[in-house]
Amino acid sequence: MENLPRIVAVLLDGVPETVIAAAGGILLTILLAFSAGLALLSEHRLLRAISRTYVEFFRGTSEVVQLFWIYFVLPVLVGIQLLPLFAGVVVLGLNHGAYGAEIVRGAVSSVPKAQVEGAKALSFSPRDIRWRVVMPQAVLEMLPSFNNLFIQLLKSTAILSFIVVSEVTERGVQVLVPNFGDDIVLIFVLMLLIYLVLAVLITAVMRWLERIGARRLGRRPSASARTAAVAAAH
Amino acid sequence: MGWDWNYAIAILPEMLGALRVTIEITLLGSLVALVLGLVIAVVRRARIPVVDQLLWAFVEFVRSTPLLVQVFFLFFVLPRFGIVLGAFAVGVIALGVHYATYTSEVYRAGIDAVPRGQWEAAAALSLPQSRVWTGVILPQAVPRVLPALGNYVISMFKEVPLLLGIGVVEVVNKAKELSSETFRPIEPYTIAGLLFLALSLPASILVRRLERRRAAV
Repeated sequence: MENLPRIVAVLLDGVPETVIAAAGGILLTILLAFSAGLALLSEHRLLRAISRTYVEFFRGTSEVVQLFWIYFVLPVLVGIQLLPLFAGVVVLGLNHGAYGAEIVRGAVSSVPKAQVEGAKALSFSPRDIRWRVVMPQAVLEMLPSFNNLFIQLLKSTAILSFIVVSEVTERGVQVLVPNFGDDIVLIFVLMLLIYLVLAVLITAVMRWLERIGARRLGRRPSASARTAAVAAAH
Repeated sequence: MGWDWNYAIAILPEMLGALRVTIEITLLGSLVALVLGLVIAVVRRARIPVVDQLLWAFVEFVRSTPLLVQVFFLFFVLPRFGIVLGAFAVGVIALGVHYATYTSEVYRAGIDAVPRGQWEAAAALSLPQSRVWTGVILPQAVPRVLPALGNYVISMFKEVPLLLGIGVVEVVNKAKELSSETFRPIEPYTIAGLLFLALSLPASILVRRLERRRAAV
């Protein structure tokens, strides 16, 4: 236990890399999920085919293979050596973007047809129909699934330890385990707690966005919130 | 340095051998996940005070933290308690327990979807509790969730390479070994990727077909 402050210090040292990897991965995921997801719904067959290939390819292979391919094979093929952290962000984004594309596609196609018909009847332009009628409703629908996806992404940042990014897992396993063998349980409990706290933070932000989104759409609170309120009133 | 077919063909047998290890771990891990997940779901259904809260906390904790860290945890910590297992066994347990927390939620959804009347009818017939589960509830709940369970088996297959961290020679670790022996990374890693595609694409198509058939019923 007397090593606690040093162990905590080493692990916290890895937090910025973990956070950068997760945040960068999440941004790239959002970008790719929307581009590929909307392309899946496009009228152009070529666009749909490209997007479908991307999605199936990245969902069909292991994330670790993708990471090693980009980090070890790409430099040999095209002569570009990516920095480990950057390679990590790219793989996290490409991989989770493929899963996110299905979330976007599903949410956009789940917006009731009557919404589009209503907007047409009110002579909204096609552009306004997409961005001011369909997308706001679709985005709200996507938020819970994206919450899960972002937590998956956060957990995946641990694989960056394979290409020696000094994030939390690498700090713990490469630096602490060999040096503080007696405190091994403590080291792992602290590592897992760091990830747990980051996961809770992601969930808190996503719930907050859900509340804002629901309010802006003039929706009532979700069914579960209503049930809770009714239960509280009794 | 381009693609060398001779080299690719030469390493194929070794890569396939490593694929076999990957598949074995997936199957054994799935067995653990499918059985343990069901046990968690059924026990949680009984809502035993304290046990229920502990199980909830365990499931949430395991689901919210990286599988790789859990793998290292078991690998380094179990021997401290006198449990000495090989990397293969640790991998099976880590994958199995991690995915059990996912499958327990899937089973729970399936059990919740069984109409109340089925429980009431079983109670009215005063069936013993074990018969209620094995004869009435599970035969209706499990087929419903088969596609979701299938998807988790496919996900697990793709997460087996995490075990290279503890020295299991699965597909990616084999590729790593080969490329450091020969200094040719292109062929081993590309073959590794293709092997994953070759198995997980048909498997996903199968699950999607199963899903559609369930939806049609």
